[in-house]
Amino acid sequence: MTGGRESGTDLRIEDVFREEHGRLLAALARRFGDLDLAEEAAADALEAAVARWPVDGVPPNPGGWLMTTARRRAVDRLRRDRALAVRLAILRVEAERAETSPETSHDRNDDLPDERLRLFFTCAHPALPADDRVALTLRFLGGLGTPEVARAFLVPAETMAKRLTRAKKKIAEARIPFRVPGADELPGRLPVVLQALYSIFTEGYAASSGPGLQRVDLAEEAIRLARILHTLLPGERRETAGLLALMLLVHARRATRVGPDGALALLDDQDRARWDRDVIDEGRALTAAALTGGPPGPYGVQAAIAALHAEAPDVASTDWPQIVALYDVLQALTPSPIVALNRAVAVAMRDGPDAGLALLDGLRNEPKLRAHHPYQAARADLLDRLGRRTEAASAYQAALELAGTDPERAYFRRRLAALEAQPRE
Amino acid sequence: MKYMLMIYAGAVEADGTTTEVGDFDAWMSYDKQVRDAGIMVSGESLADLVTATTVRVDETGVRTVTDGPFTEAREVLGGFYVIDVPDLDAALDWAARCPGSSGDGAVVVRPVADFGA
Repeated sequence: MTGGRESGTDLRIEDVFREEHGRLLAALARRFGDLDLAEEAAADALEAAVARWPVDGVPPNPGGWLMTTARRRAVDRLRRDRALAVRLAILRVEAERAETSPETSHDRNDDLPDERLRLFFTCAHPALPADDRVALTLRFLGGLGTPEVARAFLVPAETMAKRLTRAKKKIAEARIPFRVPGADELPGRLPVVLQALYSIFTEGYAASSGPGLQRVDLAEEAIRLARILHTLLPGERRETAGLLALMLLVHARRATRVGPDGALALLDDQDRARWDRDVIDEGRALTAAALTGGPPGPYGVQAAIAALHAEAPDVASTDWPQIVALYDVLQALTPSPIVALNRAVAVAMRDGPDAGLALLDGLRNEPKLRAHHPYQAARADLLDRLGRRTEAASAYQAALELAGTDPERAYFRRRLAALEAQPRE
Repeated sequence: MKYMLMIYAGAVEADGTTTEVGDFDAWMSYDKQVRDAGIMVSGESLADLVTATTVRVDETGVRTVTDGPFTEAREVLGGFYVIDVPDLDAALDWAARCPGSSGDGAVVVRPVADFGA
Protein backbone atom coordinates (compact mmCIF):
# COMPACT_ATOMS: atom_id res chain seq x y z
CA MET A 1 0.00 0.00 0.00
CA THR A 2 2.02 2.92 -1.28
CA GLY A 3 0.58 6.35 -1.97
CA GLY A 4 -2.46 7.68 -0.19
CA ARG A 5 -0.80 6.98 3.17
CA GLU A 6 -2.07 10.36 4.32
CA SER A 7 -5.64 9.17 3.87
CA GLY A 8 -7.07 8.21 7.24
CA THR A 9 -9.09 5.37 5.76
CA ASP A 10 -6.05 3.74 4.20
CA LEU A 11 -4.19 3.80 7.47
CA ARG A 12 -7.18 2.34 9.23
CA ILE A 13 -7.50 -0.41 6.64
CA GLU A 14 -3.84 -1.36 7.09
CA ASP A 15 -4.28 -1.55 10.86
CA VAL A 16 -7.37 -3.70 10.53
CA PHE A 17 -5.63 -6.00 8.06
CA ARG A 18 -2.64 -6.44 10.30
CA GLU A 19 -4.84 -7.27 13.26
CA GLU A 20 -7.48 -9.29 11.47
CA HIS A 21 -5.60 -11.17 8.78
CA GLY A 22 -4.34 -13.94 11.05
CA ARG A 23 -7.70 -14.22 12.81
CA LEU A 24 -9.52 -14.32 9.49
CA LEU A 25 -7.27 -17.06 8.08
CA ALA A 26 -7.55 -19.07 11.29
CA ALA A 27 -11.34 -18.79 11.42
CA LEU A 28 -11.68 -19.79 7.76
CA ALA A 29 -9.23 -22.67 8.11
CA ARG A 30 -11.17 -23.94 11.10
CA ARG A 31 -14.51 -23.53 9.34
CA PHE A 32 -13.60 -25.09 6.01
CA GLY A 33 -10.72 -27.31 7.10
CA ASP A 34 -8.61 -26.26 4.15
CA LEU A 35 -5.76 -23.75 4.15
CA ASP A 36 -5.85 -23.08 0.40
CA LEU A 37 -9.53 -22.24 0.48
CA ALA A 38 -8.97 -20.10 3.58
CA GLU A 39 -6.18 -18.18 1.84
CA GLU A 40 -8.24 -17.55 -1.29
CA ALA A 41 -11.35 -16.51 0.58
CA ALA A 42 -9.35 -14.21 2.87
CA ALA A 43 -7.60 -12.62 -0.11
CA ASP A 44 -10.97 -12.08 -1.81
CA ALA A 45 -12.41 -10.46 1.30
CA LEU A 46 -9.42 -8.18 1.79
CA GLU A 47 -9.59 -7.18 -1.85
CA ALA A 48 -13.28 -6.38 -1.47
CA ALA A 49 -12.50 -4.31 1.63
CA VAL A 50 -9.83 -2.32 -0.23
CA ALA A 51 -12.42 -1.55 -2.92
CA ARG A 52 -15.38 -0.82 -0.65
CA TRP A 53 -14.15 0.69 2.60
CA PRO A 54 -12.61 3.87 1.15
CA VAL A 55 -16.02 4.54 -0.48
CA ASP A 56 -18.44 3.22 2.16
CA GLY A 57 -16.25 3.81 5.21
CA VAL A 58 -14.78 1.16 7.52
CA PRO A 59 -17.67 -0.95 8.89
CA PRO A 60 -18.30 -0.89 12.65
CA ASN A 61 -17.26 -4.55 13.00
CA PRO A 62 -14.47 -4.91 10.41
CA GLY A 63 -13.57 -8.45 11.44
CA GLY A 64 -17.16 -9.63 11.15
CA TRP A 65 -17.50 -7.89 7.77
CA LEU A 66 -14.36 -9.63 6.50
CA MET A 67 -15.53 -13.00 7.82
CA THR A 68 -18.98 -12.70 6.24
CA THR A 69 -17.51 -11.63 2.91
CA ALA A 70 -14.84 -14.34 2.99
CA ARG A 71 -17.39 -17.02 3.85
CA ARG A 72 -19.60 -16.01 0.91
CA ARG A 73 -16.60 -16.17 -1.41
CA ALA A 74 -15.65 -19.58 -0.04
CA VAL A 75 -19.17 -20.89 -0.53
CA ASP A 76 -19.18 -19.53 -4.13
CA ARG A 77 -15.93 -21.32 -4.73
CA LEU A 78 -17.31 -24.57 -3.30
CA ARG A 79 -20.36 -24.29 -5.60
CA ARG A 80 -18.02 -24.13 -8.58
CA ASP A 81 -15.73 -26.91 -7.35
CA ARG A 82 -17.93 -29.90 -6.53
CA ALA A 83 -15.04 -32.29 -5.85
CA LEU A 84 -13.54 -29.95 -3.26
CA ALA A 85 -16.96 -29.41 -1.72
CA VAL A 86 -17.54 -33.14 -1.34
CA ARG A 87 -14.11 -33.66 0.17
CA LEU A 88 -14.55 -30.83 2.67
CA ALA A 89 -18.07 -31.97 3.55
CA ILE A 90 -16.72 -35.39 4.47
CA LEU A 91 -14.00 -33.71 6.49
CA ARG A 92 -16.55 -31.66 8.40
CA VAL A 93 -18.72 -34.64 9.17
CA GLU A 94 -15.72 -36.57 10.46
CA ALA A 95 -14.42 -33.60 12.41
CA GLU A 96 -17.75 -33.12 14.09
CA ARG A 97 -17.94 -36.82 14.85
CA ALA A 98 -14.48 -36.59 16.42
CA GLU A 99 -15.20 -33.46 18.46
CA THR A 100 -16.19 -34.36 21.98
CA SER A 101 -17.71 -30.94 22.61
CA PRO A 102 -18.89 -29.50 19.32
CA GLU A 103 -18.56 -25.74 19.19
CA THR A 104 -21.27 -24.64 16.84
CA SER A 105 -22.15 -21.28 18.37
CA HIS A 106 -20.02 -19.30 15.95
CA ASP A 107 -21.49 -21.04 12.92
CA ARG A 108 -24.60 -18.97 13.30
CA ASN A 109 -23.22 -15.47 13.60
CA ASP A 110 -20.76 -13.42 11.66
CA ASP A 111 -18.35 -12.63 14.46
CA LEU A 112 -14.76 -13.49 13.89
CA PRO A 113 -14.04 -16.26 16.38
CA ASP A 114 -10.43 -16.42 17.53
CA GLU A 115 -9.25 -19.76 16.20
CA ARG A 116 -5.59 -18.78 16.05
CA LEU A 117 -4.57 -21.07 18.89
CA ARG A 118 -5.57 -24.11 16.83
CA LEU A 119 -3.70 -22.73 13.86
CA PHE A 120 -0.50 -22.25 15.88
CA PHE A 121 -0.52 -25.98 16.58
CA THR A 122 -1.37 -26.90 12.98
CA CYS A 123 1.34 -24.69 11.48
CA ALA A 124 3.94 -25.90 13.98
CA HIS A 125 2.96 -29.56 13.85
CA PRO A 126 5.91 -31.89 14.50
CA ALA A 127 4.96 -33.92 11.39
CA LEU A 128 6.11 -30.94 9.27
CA PRO A 129 9.77 -30.06 8.63
CA ALA A 130 11.10 -27.37 11.01
CA ASP A 131 11.61 -24.75 8.29
CA ASP A 132 8.09 -25.30 6.98
CA ARG A 133 6.65 -24.75 10.46
CA VAL A 134 8.32 -21.36 10.60
CA ALA A 135 7.17 -20.47 7.06
CA LEU A 136 3.57 -21.53 7.71
CA THR A 137 3.49 -19.62 11.00
CA LEU A 138 4.67 -16.45 9.26
CA ARG A 139 2.25 -16.95 6.38
CA PHE A 140 -0.91 -17.89 8.26
CA LEU A 141 -0.54 -16.36 11.72
CA GLY A 142 1.66 -13.43 10.76
CA GLY A 143 -0.44 -12.87 7.66
CA LEU A 144 2.73 -12.22 5.65
CA GLY A 145 2.48 -12.62 1.90
CA THR A 146 4.49 -15.39 0.27
CA PRO A 147 7.14 -12.91 -1.05
CA GLU A 148 7.56 -11.50 2.47
CA VAL A 149 7.96 -15.00 3.92
CA ALA A 150 10.52 -15.69 1.19
CA ARG A 151 12.42 -12.56 2.23
CA ALA A 152 12.44 -13.76 5.83
CA PHE A 153 14.16 -16.96 4.67
CA LEU A 154 16.27 -15.15 2.06
CA VAL A 155 15.02 -17.47 -0.68
CA PRO A 156 13.32 -16.60 -4.00
CA ALA A 157 9.53 -16.15 -3.77
CA GLU A 158 9.04 -19.06 -6.16
CA THR A 159 11.01 -21.39 -3.87
CA MET A 160 8.93 -20.31 -0.89
CA ALA A 161 5.67 -20.72 -2.84
CA LYS A 162 6.66 -24.32 -3.63
CA ARG A 163 7.60 -25.00 -0.02
CA LEU A 164 4.31 -23.60 1.29
CA THR A 165 2.36 -25.58 -1.32
CA ARG A 166 4.08 -28.80 -0.28
CA ALA A 167 3.45 -28.10 3.41
CA LYS A 168 -0.23 -27.32 2.79
CA LYS A 169 -0.53 -30.51 0.75
CA LYS A 170 0.76 -32.49 3.69
CA ILE A 171 -1.66 -30.77 6.08
CA ALA A 172 -4.59 -31.47 3.74
CA GLU A 173 -3.72 -34.99 2.61
CA ALA A 174 -2.24 -36.43 5.79
CA ARG A 175 -5.04 -34.55 7.57
CA ILE A 176 -3.09 -32.69 10.19
CA PRO A 177 -5.98 -31.45 12.33
CA PHE A 178 -6.94 -27.92 13.35
CA ARG A 179 -7.07 -28.56 17.04
CA VAL A 180 -5.50 -27.55 20.29
CA PRO A 181 -3.71 -30.56 21.78
CA GLY A 182 -5.08 -31.90 25.02
CA ALA A 183 -3.39 -31.15 28.34
CA ASP A 184 -1.55 -34.50 28.21
CA GLU A 185 -0.11 -33.71 24.74
CA LEU A 186 0.82 -30.07 25.39
CA PRO A 187 4.20 -30.77 27.03
CA GLY A 188 5.27 -32.38 23.75
CA ARG A 189 3.57 -29.98 21.34
CA LEU A 190 3.99 -26.52 22.85
CA PRO A 191 7.82 -26.50 22.63
CA VAL A 192 7.50 -27.06 18.87
CA VAL A 193 5.30 -23.95 18.55
CA LEU A 194 7.65 -21.93 20.78
CA GLN A 195 10.63 -23.09 18.73
CA ALA A 196 8.99 -21.82 15.52
CA LEU A 197 8.41 -18.40 17.10
CA TYR A 198 11.94 -18.29 18.50
CA SER A 199 13.34 -19.14 15.05
CA ILE A 200 11.51 -16.12 13.61
CA PHE A 201 12.93 -13.99 16.40
CA THR A 202 16.53 -15.18 16.14
CA GLU A 203 16.55 -14.63 12.38
CA GLY A 204 15.35 -11.08 13.16
CA TYR A 205 17.77 -10.57 16.04
CA ALA A 206 20.85 -12.05 14.42
CA ALA A 207 20.26 -12.36 10.70
CA SER A 208 22.22 -15.28 9.30
CA SER A 209 23.38 -13.20 6.34
CA GLY A 210 22.96 -9.88 4.61
CA PRO A 211 23.98 -6.26 5.01
CA GLY A 212 22.23 -5.68 8.36
CA LEU A 213 22.76 -7.44 11.65
CA GLN A 214 19.14 -7.18 12.71
CA ARG A 215 15.84 -7.41 10.92
CA VAL A 216 13.71 -5.59 13.41
CA ASP A 217 10.47 -6.28 11.53
CA LEU A 218 10.94 -10.04 11.94
CA ALA A 219 11.87 -9.75 15.62
CA GLU A 220 8.77 -7.61 16.21
CA GLU A 221 6.56 -10.06 14.33
CA ALA A 222 7.86 -12.88 16.54
CA ILE A 223 7.07 -10.82 19.64
CA ARG A 224 3.59 -9.99 18.33
CA LEU A 225 2.88 -13.68 17.68
CA ALA A 226 4.27 -14.74 21.08
CA ARG A 227 1.96 -12.18 22.73
CA ILE A 228 -1.04 -13.63 20.88
CA LEU A 229 -0.07 -17.16 21.88
CA HIS A 230 0.47 -16.09 25.49
CA THR A 231 -2.97 -14.48 25.56
CA LEU A 232 -4.79 -17.43 24.00
CA LEU A 233 -3.14 -20.34 25.81
CA PRO A 234 -5.20 -21.87 28.56
CA GLY A 235 -3.50 -23.42 31.56
CA GLU A 236 0.27 -23.78 31.59
CA ARG A 237 1.75 -20.58 30.17
CA ARG A 238 5.08 -20.29 31.98
CA GLU A 239 7.35 -21.25 29.11
CA THR A 240 5.41 -19.01 26.74
CA ALA A 241 5.88 -16.17 29.23
CA GLY A 242 9.57 -17.12 29.36
CA LEU A 243 9.92 -16.99 25.58
CA LEU A 244 8.12 -13.66 25.35
CA ALA A 245 10.27 -12.29 28.20
CA LEU A 246 13.48 -13.50 26.54
CA MET A 247 12.51 -11.88 23.25
CA LEU A 248 11.57 -8.59 24.91
CA LEU A 249 14.72 -8.40 27.02
CA VAL A 250 16.92 -9.01 23.99
CA HIS A 251 14.85 -6.74 21.77
CA ALA A 252 15.21 -3.92 24.34
CA ARG A 253 18.89 -3.67 23.31
CA ARG A 254 18.17 -3.36 19.58
CA ALA A 255 19.17 0.33 19.25
CA THR A 256 22.63 -0.33 20.70
CA ARG A 257 23.65 -3.56 19.00
CA VAL A 258 25.21 -1.82 16.02
CA GLY A 259 27.57 1.10 16.66
CA PRO A 260 27.64 4.39 14.72
CA ASP A 261 30.38 2.93 12.50
CA GLY A 262 28.05 0.12 11.41
CA ALA A 263 29.99 -2.52 13.36
CA LEU A 264 28.50 -5.00 15.82
CA ALA A 265 28.61 -3.71 19.41
CA LEU A 266 28.92 -6.40 22.09
CA LEU A 267 27.49 -6.05 25.60
CA ASP A 268 30.48 -4.14 26.99
CA ASP A 269 30.35 -1.57 24.17
CA GLN A 270 26.60 -0.98 24.28
CA ASP A 271 25.25 2.31 25.61
CA ARG A 272 22.92 0.95 28.27
CA ALA A 273 21.18 4.30 28.68
CA ARG A 274 19.68 3.61 25.26
CA TRP A 275 18.24 0.24 26.19
CA ASP A 276 14.45 0.37 26.05
CA ARG A 277 13.46 0.53 29.74
CA ASP A 278 9.72 0.02 29.19
CA VAL A 279 10.37 -3.16 27.24
CA ILE A 280 12.83 -4.32 29.90
CA ASP A 281 10.25 -3.76 32.65
CA GLU A 282 7.69 -5.83 30.77
CA GLY A 283 10.30 -8.53 30.13
CA ARG A 284 11.29 -8.66 33.80
CA ALA A 285 7.69 -9.01 34.93
CA LEU A 286 7.16 -11.87 32.48
CA THR A 287 10.43 -13.49 33.60
CA ALA A 288 9.12 -13.51 37.17
CA ALA A 289 5.90 -15.16 35.94
CA ALA A 290 7.93 -17.73 33.98
CA LEU A 291 9.96 -18.71 37.05
CA THR A 292 7.06 -18.90 39.50
CA GLY A 293 4.87 -21.89 40.25
CA GLY A 294 7.02 -24.80 39.17
CA PRO A 295 10.41 -25.86 37.88
CA PRO A 296 11.70 -23.42 35.23
CA GLY A 297 11.86 -24.34 31.54
CA PRO A 298 14.67 -23.44 29.14
CA TYR A 299 13.08 -20.19 27.93
CA GLY A 300 12.40 -19.04 31.48
CA VAL A 301 16.05 -19.66 32.40
CA GLN A 302 17.32 -17.80 29.33
CA ALA A 303 14.97 -14.92 30.16
CA ALA A 304 16.41 -14.85 33.70
CA ILE A 305 19.92 -14.57 32.23
CA ALA A 306 18.80 -11.76 29.91
CA ALA A 307 17.12 -10.03 32.88
CA LEU A 308 20.39 -10.09 34.86
CA HIS A 309 22.12 -8.36 31.95
CA ALA A 310 19.29 -5.84 31.70
CA GLU A 311 19.49 -5.01 35.41
CA ALA A 312 23.26 -4.47 35.55
CA PRO A 313 24.64 -0.95 35.06
CA ASP A 314 27.67 -2.34 33.22
CA VAL A 315 29.48 -5.57 32.34
CA ALA A 316 31.82 -5.46 35.35
CA SER A 317 29.04 -5.25 37.93
CA THR A 318 26.89 -7.91 36.25
CA ASP A 319 26.03 -10.83 38.54
CA TRP A 320 28.26 -13.34 36.73
CA PRO A 321 28.13 -16.03 39.44
CA GLN A 322 24.35 -16.08 39.13
CA ILE A 323 24.59 -16.17 35.32
CA VAL A 324 26.98 -19.14 35.50
CA ALA A 325 24.54 -20.87 37.85
CA LEU A 326 21.67 -20.27 35.41
CA TYR A 327 23.75 -21.66 32.53
CA ASP A 328 24.31 -24.76 34.66
CA VAL A 329 20.53 -25.12 34.98
CA LEU A 330 20.10 -24.54 31.24
CA GLN A 331 22.82 -27.06 30.42
CA ALA A 332 20.95 -29.65 32.51
CA LEU A 333 17.62 -28.85 30.79
CA THR A 334 18.89 -28.61 27.21
CA PRO A 335 22.49 -29.76 26.93
CA SER A 336 24.19 -28.26 23.87
CA PRO A 337 27.63 -27.04 22.83
CA ILE A 338 26.15 -23.54 22.32
CA VAL A 339 25.02 -23.41 25.96
CA ALA A 340 28.45 -24.70 27.00
CA LEU A 341 30.05 -21.89 24.95
CA ASN A 342 27.92 -19.22 26.65
CA ARG A 343 28.63 -20.74 30.03
CA ALA A 344 32.38 -20.65 29.33
CA VAL A 345 32.18 -16.92 28.53
CA ALA A 346 30.32 -16.31 31.81
CA VAL A 347 32.93 -18.35 33.72
CA ALA A 348 35.63 -16.17 32.14
CA MET A 349 33.85 -13.11 33.51
CA ARG A 350 33.53 -14.69 36.95
CA ASP A 351 36.91 -16.41 37.34
CA GLY A 352 39.12 -14.78 34.72
CA PRO A 353 40.05 -15.44 31.07
CA ASP A 354 42.23 -18.49 31.86
CA ALA A 355 39.31 -20.44 33.32
CA GLY A 356 37.05 -19.51 30.41
CA LEU A 357 39.64 -20.39 27.79
CA ALA A 358 40.23 -23.81 29.34
CA LEU A 359 36.51 -24.54 28.98
CA LEU A 360 36.43 -23.22 25.40
CA ASP A 361 39.43 -25.35 24.43
CA GLY A 362 37.60 -28.35 25.84
CA LEU A 363 34.87 -27.70 23.26
CA ARG A 364 37.36 -27.61 20.37
CA ASN A 365 36.12 -30.81 18.75
CA GLU A 366 32.39 -30.04 18.89
CA PRO A 367 31.13 -30.30 15.31
CA LYS A 368 28.41 -27.73 16.00
CA LEU A 369 30.97 -25.11 17.00
CA ARG A 370 33.37 -25.67 14.11
CA ALA A 371 31.58 -23.22 11.81
CA HIS A 372 30.07 -21.11 14.62
CA HIS A 373 31.81 -17.73 14.55
CA PRO A 374 30.84 -16.72 18.11
CA TYR A 375 33.03 -19.60 19.32
CA GLN A 376 36.07 -18.24 17.48
CA ALA A 377 35.21 -14.70 18.57
CA ALA A 378 34.98 -15.73 22.24
CA ARG A 379 38.32 -17.55 22.03
CA ALA A 380 39.90 -14.54 20.30
CA ASP A 381 38.68 -12.17 23.00
CA LEU A 382 40.03 -14.32 25.86
CA LEU A 383 43.37 -14.91 24.08
CA ASP A 384 43.64 -11.16 23.55
CA ARG A 385 42.99 -10.50 27.23
CA LEU A 386 45.70 -13.02 28.10
CA GLY A 387 48.14 -11.18 25.81
CA ARG A 388 48.38 -14.12 23.37
CA ARG A 389 48.10 -11.82 20.36
CA THR A 390 49.15 -14.10 17.52
CA GLU A 391 46.62 -16.75 18.54
CA ALA A 392 43.98 -14.06 19.12
CA ALA A 393 44.56 -12.70 15.61
CA SER A 394 44.16 -16.10 13.99
CA ALA A 395 40.95 -16.73 15.95
CA TYR A 396 39.55 -13.34 14.85
CA GLN A 397 40.56 -14.18 11.31
CA ALA A 398 38.60 -17.45 11.56
CA ALA A 399 35.58 -15.59 12.99
CA LEU A 400 35.78 -13.03 10.17
CA GLU A 401 35.69 -15.76 7.56
CA LEU A 402 32.68 -17.47 9.19
CA ALA A 403 30.60 -14.35 9.90
CA GLY A 404 27.47 -13.85 7.76
CA THR A 405 26.64 -10.15 8.09
CA ASP A 406 28.47 -6.89 7.37
CA PRO A 407 28.33 -5.49 10.96
CA GLU A 408 29.91 -8.68 12.31
CA ARG A 409 32.65 -8.58 9.69
CA ALA A 410 33.25 -4.87 10.46
CA TYR A 411 33.60 -5.71 14.16
CA PHE A 412 36.10 -8.52 13.60
CA ARG A 413 38.15 -6.34 11.20
CA ARG A 414 38.29 -3.63 13.83
CA ARG A 415 39.46 -6.06 16.49
CA LEU A 416 42.11 -7.41 14.11
CA ALA A 417 43.30 -3.87 13.38
CA ALA A 418 43.44 -3.10 17.13
CA LEU A 419 45.61 -6.19 17.69
CA GLU A 420 47.99 -5.12 14.93
CA ALA A 421 48.23 -1.63 16.42
CA GLN A 422 49.29 -2.89 19.86
CA PRO A 423 53.00 -2.50 20.58
CA ARG A 424 54.99 -5.72 20.14
CA GLU A 425 55.30 -7.70 23.34
CA MET B 1 -9.47 -41.37 7.09
CA LYS B 2 -7.33 -44.46 6.64
CA TYR B 3 -3.71 -44.61 7.67
CA MET B 4 -1.21 -47.40 7.29
CA LEU B 5 1.08 -47.91 10.25
CA MET B 6 4.17 -49.56 8.82
CA ILE B 7 6.10 -51.27 11.56
CA TYR B 8 9.86 -51.25 11.17
CA ALA B 9 10.77 -53.15 14.26
CA GLY B 10 12.38 -56.34 13.04
CA ALA B 11 15.84 -57.44 14.04
CA VAL B 12 17.69 -59.64 11.55
CA GLU B 13 19.46 -62.60 13.17
CA ALA B 14 22.68 -64.09 11.88
CA ASP B 15 20.74 -66.88 10.16
CA GLY B 16 18.53 -64.39 8.31
CA THR B 17 15.45 -64.89 10.45
CA THR B 18 13.78 -61.81 11.88
CA THR B 19 12.42 -61.21 15.34
CA GLU B 20 10.13 -58.40 16.33
CA VAL B 21 10.79 -56.10 19.26
CA GLY B 22 8.36 -56.06 22.14
CA ASP B 23 7.13 -59.13 23.94
CA PHE B 24 4.28 -61.26 22.69
CA ASP B 25 1.87 -60.06 25.38
CA ALA B 26 2.47 -56.42 24.44
CA TRP B 27 1.63 -57.17 20.81
CA MET B 28 -1.48 -59.16 21.75
CA SER B 29 -2.67 -56.39 24.02
CA TYR B 30 -2.08 -53.74 21.34
CA ASP B 31 -3.88 -55.81 18.73
CA LYS B 32 -6.85 -56.18 21.06
CA GLN B 33 -6.91 -52.42 21.74
CA VAL B 34 -6.95 -51.65 18.00
CA ARG B 35 -9.82 -54.08 17.43
CA ASP B 36 -11.80 -52.95 20.48
CA ALA B 37 -11.50 -49.30 19.42
CA GLY B 38 -13.35 -50.16 16.22
CA ILE B 39 -10.66 -48.59 14.03
CA MET B 40 -9.12 -51.76 12.57
CA VAL B 41 -9.30 -52.03 8.77
CA SER B 42 -6.64 -54.67 8.33
CA GLY B 43 -3.31 -55.74 9.66
CA GLU B 44 -0.74 -58.43 9.14
CA SER B 45 2.54 -59.53 10.56
CA LEU B 46 5.02 -60.46 7.84
CA ALA B 47 7.02 -63.71 7.77
CA ASP B 48 10.81 -63.72 8.08
CA LEU B 49 12.72 -61.60 5.62
CA VAL B 50 14.62 -64.72 4.56
CA THR B 51 11.41 -65.84 2.84
CA ALA B 52 11.10 -62.68 0.71
CA THR B 53 11.29 -62.87 -3.08
CA THR B 54 11.57 -59.95 -5.54
CA VAL B 55 9.98 -59.94 -8.99
CA ARG B 56 10.78 -57.54 -11.83
CA VAL B 57 9.46 -57.56 -15.39
CA ASP B 58 11.52 -55.73 -18.03
CA GLU B 59 10.22 -53.91 -21.11
CA THR B 60 10.32 -57.10 -23.22
CA GLY B 61 8.14 -58.90 -20.72
CA VAL B 62 10.90 -61.10 -19.29
CA ARG B 63 10.40 -61.91 -15.65
CA THR B 64 13.33 -61.86 -13.21
CA VAL B 65 12.90 -63.48 -9.84
CA THR B 66 15.50 -62.98 -7.12
CA ASP B 67 15.87 -64.01 -3.53
CA GLY B 68 15.63 -61.18 -1.04
CA PRO B 69 16.01 -58.27 -0.66
CA PHE B 70 18.30 -58.32 2.32
CA THR B 71 18.64 -54.98 3.91
CA GLU B 72 19.64 -53.03 6.98
CA ALA B 73 17.93 -54.31 10.10
CA ARG B 74 16.11 -51.03 10.69
CA GLU B 75 14.65 -51.06 7.20
CA VAL B 76 12.84 -54.36 7.58
CA LEU B 77 9.08 -53.98 7.34
CA GLY B 78 7.81 -56.44 9.93
CA GLY B 79 4.10 -55.83 9.65
CA PHE B 80 1.40 -53.24 9.30
CA TYR B 81 -1.97 -52.05 10.45
CA VAL B 82 -4.45 -50.05 8.41
CA ILE B 83 -6.63 -48.05 10.79
CA ASP B 84 -9.50 -45.64 10.21
CA VAL B 85 -9.26 -42.62 12.51
CA PRO B 86 -10.32 -38.95 12.21
CA ASP B 87 -6.92 -37.30 11.70
CA LEU B 88 -3.14 -37.58 11.80
CA ASP B 89 -2.92 -36.83 15.52
CA ALA B 90 -5.09 -39.84 16.27
CA ALA B 91 -3.01 -42.00 13.91
CA LEU B 92 0.21 -40.82 15.58
CA ASP B 93 -1.23 -41.72 18.98
CA TRP B 94 -1.92 -45.27 17.81
CA ALA B 95 1.57 -45.46 16.32
CA ALA B 96 3.09 -44.33 19.63
CA ARG B 97 1.15 -47.01 21.52
CA CYS B 98 2.33 -49.76 19.14
CA PRO B 99 5.10 -51.89 20.68
CA GLY B 100 6.93 -51.58 17.34
CA SER B 101 7.66 -47.87 17.93
CA SER B 102 9.63 -48.56 21.12
CA GLY B 103 13.21 -49.63 21.58
CA ASP B 104 15.07 -49.66 18.28
CA GLY B 105 11.84 -49.84 16.32
CA ALA B 106 9.94 -47.20 14.39
CA VAL B 107 6.46 -46.90 12.97
CA VAL B 108 5.96 -44.93 9.76
CA VAL B 109 2.48 -43.45 9.41
CA ARG B 110 1.17 -42.94 5.88
CA PRO B 111 -2.30 -41.82 4.83
CA VAL B 112 -3.98 -44.19 2.40
CA ALA B 113 -4.70 -42.35 -0.87
CA ASP B 114 -8.39 -41.68 -1.38
CA PHE B 115 -9.45 -41.59 -5.03
CA GLY B 116 -13.14 -41.63 -4.17
CA ALA B 117 -13.81 -37.95 -3.52
